[in-house]
Amino acid sequence: MSNRLFLPAALAFGLILFGACRAVHNDYVFFAGYVVLQYVVLATAWNLLGGYTGYVNFGTAAFFALGAYSTVVLHKLFPLPIPALMLVGGLVSGIVGLGMGYLTLRLRGVFFSIATLALAVVAQTLITNWDFVGGSRGVYIVRPNETPILGSYVQYLFLAMLVLAVIAVATARAIERSRLGYGFAAIRDDELAAEASGVPTLRLKLVATTLSGAFMGMAGAPLPYYVTYLDPASGFSLAYAVNAIAMPLIGGTANWVGPLVGAVFLGTAQQIATVTIESALNLLIVGLLLVGFVIVAPNGIVGLVHGRARGRSS
Amino acid sequence: MAPPLLQVADLGKRFGGFVALEAINLTVEAGERVGLIGPNGSGKSTLVNCLCGALANDSGTVHFDGRAVDGMAAHRRTRLGMARSFQLPRPFAGLTVAGNLRVPLLYTAAHRGGARLSAVAIEVRCAELLQLVGLEDKAGRRPGDLTQVEMRKLELARAMAATPKLLIADEAMAGLSHVEVDDILALLLRLNDQGITIILIEHIMRAVMGFSERLVVLVAGRKIADGTPQEVIRHPEVERAYLGE
Repeated sequence: MSNRLFLPAALAFGLILFGACRAVHNDYVFFAGYVVLQYVVLATAWNLLGGYTGYVNFGTAAFFALGAYSTVVLHKLFPLPIPALMLVGGLVSGIVGLGMGYLTLRLRGVFFSIATLALAVVAQTLITNWDFVGGSRGVYIVRPNETPILGSYVQYLFLAMLVLAVIAVATARAIERSRLGYGFAAIRDDELAAEASGVPTLRLKLVATTLSGAFMGMAGAPLPYYVTYLDPASGFSLAYAVNAIAMPLIGGTANWVGPLVGAVFLGTAQQIATVTIESALNLLIVGLLLVGFVIVAPNGIVGLVHGRARGRSS
Repeated sequence: MAPPLLQVADLGKRFGGFVALEAINLTVEAGERVGLIGPNGSGKSTLVNCLCGALANDSGTVHFDGRAVDGMAAHRRTRLGMARSFQLPRPFAGLTVAGNLRVPLLYTAAHRGGARLSAVAIEVRCAELLQLVGLEDKAGRRPGDLTQVEMRKLELARAMAATPKLLIADEAMAGLSHVEVDDILALLLRLNDQGITIILIEHIMRAVMGFSERLVVLVAGRKIADGTPQEVIRHPEVERAYLGE
């Protein structure tokens, strides 16, 4: 399917999903669904850098939280509607991504990953010590109960995240099939050979860190309105970084479907576990699934399905 | 007379205290076939890396096609028309054979032809290149499925996809059988017929003697001989380097 067709088709699918959720007549569906969609964005954004170019980013939480804290700042200065907040959050985290790229992309492999982890710690320390956004005490955000058209505010947040998820997935898919996608794949496989093939590796890696960071920031922007109370410990929670890596790995990093499948699968499992068992179980589920998948399906769910299909045809 | 395609003047490269290359002067005319030989560790690959921009030379200058390319990133040199194959094949393992060729087609063609190649033009070029090296049956395979000689051919095809003026083939034949060496040699001669200047780095003397119009010998980071193959192999220093005292 061409890119021009995919976006409307995905949007239509999203709206149908939204309609189906409304038919349940229970706002909890939106409350839980929001988190799953947020992980679709985070996993897809992580995969732009980690899956396509092979640079493993442990600092997802930093980009995500910076998006959220951009919203906190704006909430105090001049409140904006959610889509505008997403744009600002994306801008802030995108610029941080660009800066991080400049500083760290000369590092490879595990050294790059450690640098991103350090970035997360630095960012969290800065926010913790910044009184204006609540410091370590955290900050309360008073949000309206109702919105004009949809009624419930959670539904409005869900819809905004749904549209963002569709845009993120469509972007990832478009990149994969483009000149940029070939450049990213070349970088992932062999940077020296990529340069020798005319690929401007440094510039492309900066594009990847910027885009990846921007989407993570956009995913974080509505968070203060969703949780209504935000403190650094929850905004920079390890769970975001771990999930953003685990979801693409479990789904498959090779293409846009993997992070989507992984996020829906793992995100839903976590939501169900939260309700039926206990929320503390979430990270344990991630850990066990990750271990299981590394052993059984190292190329993720997508790789498993492809392998089956190929096995049957040959 | 047109300026030489490649002009290297007083090029030097050191790694810490180790002098890898010292005061290398080298001129390559357009259309030439130059063989570059030397014992292991004599600096051949370092020279290639300095020419192509994978390493930065510490001293001296490199002019390519009338332009100074010192300090220029490797990808920009490739776009100017300087392509290389690697000593150990470095295919993009995650892409298909055809995909490997699409990368340089997508990233280099735009910078000389003006407009980017259309999707159709890329597929046509891709098919041409695969046919040139005889890999048309393997277009959809992964590089991991290829044999050693096929991998070498892919390496050359990928270098050719950048439509180079100068092709630097770094040991394109190492580890190949007699027949396979002839196969690659014939391919390189075909490319040279099309007007591509070739620098061949090689240990297999039979291949390098048969191919080169001119031989350049590096020993311990210095150029000790430069001339026709017959002259060069009779050169006393070359004999000493290869056969000992």
